[in-house]
Amino acid sequence: MHRVRVGIVAGLALGVVAAAIGVGAGCGGSEPGRDLILATTTSTQDSGLLDVLVPLFEERSGLRVKTLAVGTGEALAMGSRGEADVLLTHAPDLEQALLDSGAATNRRLVMHNDFVIAGPAGDPAGVRGTPRAADALLRIVAEGETFVSRGDRSGTHHRERSLWREAGREPPGEGYVETGQGMAATLLVASARGGYVLTDRGTHLALRARSELVPLVEGDGLLLNVYSVLEVSPERFPGVNHAGARAFADFLVGDEAQAVVTGFGVERFGQPLFFPRAAGADAEGR
Amino acid sequence: MDLIARGVVEALRLLAGLDAGVMEILLLSLQLSGLATLLALVAGVPVGTALAFHRFRGRGLVVALVNTGMGLPPVVVGLFVSILLWRSGPLGMLEMLYTPAAIVLAQLVIAYPVVVGLTMAALQQIDPKLRDQLEGLGASRAQLWATLLFEARLPVIAAVIAAFGAVISEVGAVMMVGGNILGYTRVLTTATVLETRKGNFDVAIALSLILLGLSFAVTWVLTHVQQRGVVR
Amino acid sequence: MTGGARAGSLEARGLGVDFAGRSVLEISRLAVEPGEILTLMGHNGSGKTTLLRVLGLLQPPTRGEVRLDGEAVPWGRRRRLLALRRRMAAVMQQPLLCRMSVARNVALGLRFRGLPAREVEARVAPWLERLGIAALRDRPAGALSGGEAQRVSLARALVLEPELLLLDEPFAALDAPTRRELLADLGEILRGARVTTLFATHDRGEALALGERIAVLIGGRLAQVGPAEEIFVRPASEEVARFVGVETLVPGRAAAVGDGMVQVDCRAGRVEVVGSCPVGAPVVVSVRPEEVTLLPPGPAAQSSARNHLAGRVSKITPSDATLRVEVDCGTPFVAVVTRPSFRELGLEVGSEVGVAFKATAAHLIRRPGD
Repeated sequence: MHRVRVGIVAGLALGVVAAAIGVGAGCGGSEPGRDLILATTTSTQDSGLLDVLVPLFEERSGLRVKTLAVGTGEALAMGSRGEADVLLTHAPDLEQALLDSGAATNRRLVMHNDFVIAGPAGDPAGVRGTPRAADALLRIVAEGETFVSRGDRSGTHHRERSLWREAGREPPGEGYVETGQGMAATLLVASARGGYVLTDRGTHLALRARSELVPLVEGDGLLLNVYSVLEVSPERFPGVNHAGARAFADFLVGDEAQAVVTGFGVERFGQPLFFPRAAGADAEGR
Repeated sequence: MDLIARGVVEALRLLAGLDAGVMEILLLSLQLSGLATLLALVAGVPVGTALAFHRFRGRGLVVALVNTGMGLPPVVVGLFVSILLWRSGPLGMLEMLYTPAAIVLAQLVIAYPVVVGLTMAALQQIDPKLRDQLEGLGASRAQLWATLLFEARLPVIAAVIAAFGAVISEVGAVMMVGGNILGYTRVLTTATVLETRKGNFDVAIALSLILLGLSFAVTWVLTHVQQRGVVR
Repeated sequence: MTGGARAGSLEARGLGVDFAGRSVLEISRLAVEPGEILTLMGHNGSGKTTLLRVLGLLQPPTRGEVRLDGEAVPWGRRRRLLALRRRMAAVMQQPLLCRMSVARNVALGLRFRGLPAREVEARVAPWLERLGIAALRDRPAGALSGGEAQRVSLARALVLEPELLLLDEPFAALDAPTRRELLADLGEILRGARVTTLFATHDRGEALALGERIAVLIGGRLAQVGPAEEIFVRPASEEVARFVGVETLVPGRAAAVGDGMVQVDCRAGRVEVVGSCPVGAPVVVSVRPEEVTLLPPGPAAQSSARNHLAGRVSKITPSDATLRVEVDCGTPFVAVVTRPSFRELGLEVGSEVGVAFKATAAHLIRRPGD
């Protein structure tokens, strides 16, 4: 009896040891101070921009960046728990709340682009060219057309919610579809159902070939999409890699990165996906 | 249909050109899942053997836990391993979250009960009198277990196949604890999710075909080993 | 014997095994002498396998001790126990072979003992030859017939050249011709090698074919231990008598005793049996069927037997060259008659018939008082 229990305990212990060995040896674990956790929105990664910027920064700084593309809501939540070192997000009012809470500091503008309301080329709701995005939403509801929403607490979803607030109403119960998925998937759902959708221009361009949607409403100040970098507070979370965070933020707003942003996407889409920070707009997105 | 055809073409192109990025992801998938399976095997077989052959207080509970573990939702594993590894979590000082080690840990948690449970079942299939017979021929405890495991090699290899299949195809937990970091923790499944999210369906299909191929290749090799050992 | 250190002697003393709080085995003393073949005979469930497991050092008893060459087996000391166990070899009821080739199966025990491969090979080959399975050496174990498999199983034990061989119903799963053939081969090998052997069986034929001495196990207790002849001719109890194939068991009471003879009153009348007991003692007269002669009805002078009874045939069961005839003489008598004499007597169910047996052919069993 006794021996048996010893055997089982030994087996379990062996498991733990094996796991430890695997963790230690197999994977060249992380070196403290050299890793930087960047929590960001999916659109920066999905567009391919970070695949250019991050390696460049790693080369310049000697740091390793762990990019977690999780959506603005989750990225900010990670910041509020000190699980990330630096944040790159696009929800100005949520960012402000995080700054106010003291969990993050030193917000700086990195770049911007814009959202568009896209819909079927036939435009059954007749919103093409509407100057105010909120009016377009009301019209879509009034005409009984379908609106497809991310519904995933992403930056884009957050922006859509503020447009409904601006329009002075809640999203309708009928004809309002929440996908709970990423931008590309949501776009394709909207395309398939002949509905309208709020999308960032970059994703729309990337999926141009596969969706039947066209941009119908653009240019409203409320459609401005501003990306900012925030450093997670080292006072609040002593464990964060603040030096690394500061270096990364400095890099993003520096000339080299800004030059990359300016030219990014021109080759593939014939137009830039992002505009550098200098091109007029403050961090509040106004 | 057209999309799938394009995916196949893309997969062939990526493989034929030995696309460096894809090769890296493929190798990483193979390494991490292989290591997790190996660790699960090393740690799980002795425990499965002990559970198969010994009666002790609380055994029923342990067996029930193992059987529950065999059907553990990977997302739940991912969540709990994440919480464990958070900077603010109990193992935060290891700074293991978003590392390949975290992926191995999560995959180990998924594979371990599979190996324990299937090893136990495999050994219980053996006629209990064979134990007496082998001891009667002078087998020591270790020799007895080794011989019985050899006797049960077909189902034990099947357990390895099942465990490997479970972890190589897993995405939820790997995404959560690994973070899908390019060149570091991006594996075939998470890369597939990313490409799908980006709308690059042909690349996504190509990656899933490569995953399928890898899974098949490993299973084929293991099956070959298993069936070579078949002696009626 | 009292622990003289001769190789291969095995002794059990005060052995008891409980299962679920109930005693399933009580052996006050049982000894196997070096070089002896002791047959352990008992029905299924009589405790044979349990006893063999204990004597094979596979299971510690609840009480008592096992002595190997005079040394008490140290159940708690695992290494020593293994060393002792490695002086023995056991063969189980079904040939439990591993999923590997015949040769590797036979080599198992030698490999457990850590012998170098070359020596293993050298020792395996002659035993494959000896048991007539050399041609099967590379055959997978699963592809063998029952008889072949049991030969492999025997070779696997014999190749160890053990001091002590434990066989638990090794032929139970075989058909009759295969069993006879294998039994003959095994008997020859065992008698040649003078291996101390404990052979468990429920089959009287097997017991007689191999056994020099027989121990009868009934309900977990030794009912009788002695030479084969004694067990079969002079069973110590009704149970043993029934077990060794005595079908005529006549209960009665000793009416008169004298001159090495006992007159017994029973429901069939008075019979005379060799033996001795106090007058008035309750007894059972046991007569083996071969010893019972059937005669034409009426006064019988043509028999030299002391005992003559009259009865009616109640049942006839043919069995190859002979017939088993049950006669009701107030109490049932069973006789075995050849087919010619059966024809001669013109027997059928209900016909009257005389029953005769010699006083020396019957055996007196004392009954516990009633």
